[in-house]
Amino acid sequence: MRLINQRPSRGAAIIVAALPFAALVVIYLTFSDIRLEANPQDKLLPSVESFADAIRRMAFEPSVRTGKILLWADTAASLQRLFIGIGVSALAGFTFGVLNGMIPWFSAAWSPLVRVLSMIPPIAILPILFIMFGLGELSKVVLIVFGTAPFIMRDMEQRVRELPREQIVKAQTLDANTWQIAVRVVAPQVMPRLMDAVRLSLGAAWLFLIAAEAIASTEGLGYRIFLVRRYLAMDVILPYVAWITLLAFLLDAAFRKLNAFLFPWYGTNR
Amino acid sequence: MTSGALIRVSQLWKSYPGTAVLERINLEVERNEFVTVVGASGCGKTTFFKLLLGEEQPTRGTIFVAGKPLAPEPGKDRGVVFQRYSVFPHLTVLENVLVGLELRRSKFLCRSFGRRRRDEIEQCERMLERVGLLSSANAYPDALSGGMQQRLALSQTLIMGPEILLLDEPFGALDPGIRADMHGLVRELYSELNLTVLMITHDLSEGFRLGTRLLVFDKVRVDPHDPDAYGATITYDVPVSRNRNNGNEPTIAALESGV
Ligand SMILES: Nc1ncnc2c1ncn2[C@@H]1O[C@H](COP(=O)(O)OP(=O)(O)OP(=O)(O)O)[C@@H](O)[C@H]1O
Ligand SMILES: [Mg+2]
Repeated sequence: MRLINQRPSRGAAIIVAALPFAALVVIYLTFSDIRLEANPQDKLLPSVESFADAIRRMAFEPSVRTGKILLWADTAASLQRLFIGIGVSALAGFTFGVLNGMIPWFSAAWSPLVRVLSMIPPIAILPILFIMFGLGELSKVVLIVFGTAPFIMRDMEQRVRELPREQIVKAQTLDANTWQIAVRVVAPQVMPRLMDAVRLSLGAAWLFLIAAEAIASTEGLGYRIFLVRRYLAMDVILPYVAWITLLAFLLDAAFRKLNAFLFPWYGTNR
Repeated sequence: MTSGALIRVSQLWKSYPGTAVLERINLEVERNEFVTVVGASGCGKTTFFKLLLGEEQPTRGTIFVAGKPLAPEPGKDRGVVFQRYSVFPHLTVLENVLVGLELRRSKFLCRSFGRRRRDEIEQCERMLERVGLLSSANAYPDALSGGMQQRLALSQTLIMGPEILLLDEPFGALDPGIRADMHGLVRELYSELNLTVLMITHDLSEGFRLGTRLLVFDKVRVDPHDPDAYGATITYDVPVSRNRNNGNEPTIAALESGV
């Protein structure tokens, strides 16, 4: 049988998926052992015990300095920024996309501007944001918005345009005005697309969040890993990275589930 | 002809940049006619419907409906069913029919409530029962067969009581057996609701069987070096009498050689 036609069974798929992870762990432990053997003070590849110790310190014991449990405080701060940023982006992207996709005059006026804005690398304007909005929460949120909104806007506009012309004509023969077409035909159909666009933007949102936190912050997941980098605290950095990855993974899964739940007609229609 | 015609089209031309699609279209359609439209693929039948719908504007000429020039956009007096994408995938069968009634009443919220909603749902259910879809009222269109989707599209349009029904190859994607069922349904609805129907079809015998009148679109002028130079026009306009099934055969043959 040709290679392209051979498919792993469910069990086999799980096993082969687990193998690369297992290999990574084994390779890590081997090299960690070798280095710690040579130099017990080595910080580059900490042992399992130092990870456990760091996780206990960060996730379960209040910090001596602030009295907060650092991992949770950092997570709360970061997620708040992330959600506000992505929420604003979603709202702006949805509104703008529907208007732009539906109303020729609106899109004639605003599409070129958005196209230009979306070309600006967001990190390049981070200094401007810090100058304009200070070093507080606002500039971080604005960076996330700036980094994700143009994509969502343009994606939404595209999705609105992709709706079959027949449906828009049909709605007009049902006596719908522009507002009614937006509310009953366009908006509900691009909602699940919006959820998809937001989900796909989460990666970029994390990137901008961590970049902003790294530069100016007093708490947050990105702030923490860049802070402890000064002490080469790999035993903190690696669990934090794993935790961020897990959060990103869970958010992605939650968005998928929510989409399937809220829009039962969508899945099969794709 | 009288000027009492429901649809009157005079000297209608339509061209896109570099392409002439329709030329010199003259047509009068009386109330309660069932006009079928045939013609080679790409000759401009759908374009003609877009002009009738108001989705596209004529390059020259005017269309009058009930004596008034057509508004330059689609409206509720002309219902339409396309070959595909006629129903809303995000609404259930019942909601698809209900939506027109809701849109008519509620211009801002776009929904009706309470007693009125119950009345409207009842009205929709009668319509669904009429077309044989009541048992699927809560399904999404995606779960329906092609024939059921077209039944839904018909009921969605007809619940609004349009004067004119435009059908653009509504059965083009259906199996022959289902097609025959749909023919029956359309004929029945046509006479029950006193509709004026225009239907595009690729199937000449379908055109003869269903309509009271058959139009053939074709190009009369052809430039062999530039096929898009001239548009199509109505080359045949034949009345079809109902109770003369066998008598039609020679006409069909003659037309087929002409098309
Ligand atoms: N927006 C447009 N711009 C340019 N040319 C167009 C446009 N719409 C249609 N045409 C051209 O007009 C011609 C007629 O198209 P139309 O869809 O009306 O044909 P049709 O008779 O419905 O064909 P079919 O039987 O395949 O559905 C085609 O050659 C098409 O390329
Ligand atoms: Mg066509």
